[in-house]
Amino acid sequence: MGKQVLLIEDEPNIIEAISFILSRDGWAVATHSNGHDAVEVVQDAKPDLLILDVMLPGKSGLDILRVLRETLGPGELPVMMLTARGQLKDREMAEKAGVNRFMTKPFSNAEMLEAVRELVAS
Amino acid sequence: MARDTLTGSRIRERRAMAGMRQSELAREVGISASYLNLIEHNRRRIGGKLLVDIAQILGVEPSLLSEGAEAAMIATLREAAAGGREAQPELDRIDEFAGRFPGWAELVVESHRRIASLERVAATLTDRLTHDPHLATSMHEVLTMVTAIRSTASILAETQEIEPEWEKRFQRNLNEDSRRLAESTQQLVSYLDGAGDVGASLTSPMEEVEAMLAAHRYVFPQFEDAEDASAFDLGAFVAAQPQLTSEGARDLAVLALRQFRKDARLMPRKDVEAVLAEEGLEFTRIAQRFGVSMSTVFRRIVVLSETLLPRELGLVVCDGSGTLMLRKPIEGFPVPRFSAACPKWPLFQALNRPLRPIRQQVTVTGQDARAFDCFAVAEAIGPGAFNAEPLYHSYMLIAPLEKAQVTAPEVGASCRVCPSVDCGGRREPSILM
Repeated sequence: MGKQVLLIEDEPNIIEAISFILSRDGWAVATHSNGHDAVEVVQDAKPDLLILDVMLPGKSGLDILRVLRETLGPGELPVMMLTARGQLKDREMAEKAGVNRFMTKPFSNAEMLEAVRELVAS
Repeated sequence: MARDTLTGSRIRERRAMAGMRQSELAREVGISASYLNLIEHNRRRIGGKLLVDIAQILGVEPSLLSEGAEAAMIATLREAAAGGREAQPELDRIDEFAGRFPGWAELVVESHRRIASLERVAATLTDRLTHDPHLATSMHEVLTMVTAIRSTASILAETQEIEPEWEKRFQRNLNEDSRRLAESTQQLVSYLDGAGDVGASLTSPMEEVEAMLAAHRYVFPQFEDAEDASAFDLGAFVAAQPQLTSEGARDLAVLALRQFRKDARLMPRKDVEAVLAEEGLEFTRIAQRFGVSMSTVFRRIVVLSETLLPRELGLVVCDGSGTLMLRKPIEGFPVPRFSAACPKWPLFQALNRPLRPIRQQVTVTGQDARAFDCFAVAEAIGPGAFNAEPLYHSYMLIAPLEKAQVTAPEVGASCRVCPSVDCGGRREPSILM
């Protein structure tokens, strides 16, 4: 079984596409689609990498990350954030919250795969 | 040089524009060329029949030569000069400039008006682009769809061997996402088409309510008669208003109209008229006379201002977080639609000292730099309860002034469109600097 990636994203077709790409690359992919109980889901799943959308129903990706970082440092849980907002201030906020990698939509499948490999390898 | 002594300059200008030689015009009106030369250099006064004859030959109104079209022009030139940053125009020679170079002066006036108009559009667009939640959501939707399509299309194009079931599923996803993308972009385009129109594309229930109130000019004659008011069916009225498209807006509209109806009952129009005649805009006295809160006085006087006062008044209401809740705008005092307002407004100062009314004259920054008398008060909402912190709403009545006091502090609309330099309240850079 490959290493586990947990994808928290609310757009079903993006979930399907990313899950397919990562599965083909040998990753075990778990998914979740809302922010309400995302912290608990992450804590239970203990993934090797978390891919987290910024805009989620219930709780934003930034808020989820801030809570997670109270107990899990960037080395313990690498987090990649996905956002449609690529503004500098959004990036700064994500970095301040403790993100490892910030990816702006739209991204290519190759970029996504490369980022996932790099983050888990490091 | 005074305007009435520039008649000669105007004659010379108009003659040149008509392509006539000095000797030609002199001959036509029966004077010597040298005398006309003295007139044209403002060294001889001219009036009466000679002025009428010259005007007739030049094809203009005599008044255009004697007074010029400059009165309004000079006022606008002064406005343009006041807005200058580094240039130091010779204000003492403004009449001479308008008289001797009417074409150039007109160009300056036209440019000044165009700049003011463009600044208004820029302010509206910037406010919308940076703070409009509808636009942000639409853009997010579009980018999300593009991401899904890009990923799915890459999978279909680049994956060597793909199971038929997955292939079919991705084709279906692609079809769904491209249809959603088409819909989202159409909505976005139609929204941006109206972007320069401040009234276009209402985005919140409160905006729908404001649009409905504005359509009625905040006047509801049904509330002015006690019997009519009690029989008036608010629900049916609200349901028939085309601006109120959402359930939330209709609920808010009923609340707002109930408040206006209550205000009208507490302060009947004919009594307000009589008290205003005696007290003028002495709001403390008016509140005492009617035995009502200051916020009631503000709302009622503002609603009646269009018909009972020489000038219409404006009103802004915010909650304890500073979020604007109701805006009855007034010309020259711009109220932002999406972004946060200027922290220097007395509206926000009132929140720091509840129940203690504030009166402050302010000058609004910008080209027009108009002056206003602002009256603000913060009052607790809802019934009080023991050991419970009250919530406050702040109200600011805005009355236009003829002339600003020299010491009146400057306020803006919001930081993005405020040209004020070295403002302690600035949150973000201005697009006007």
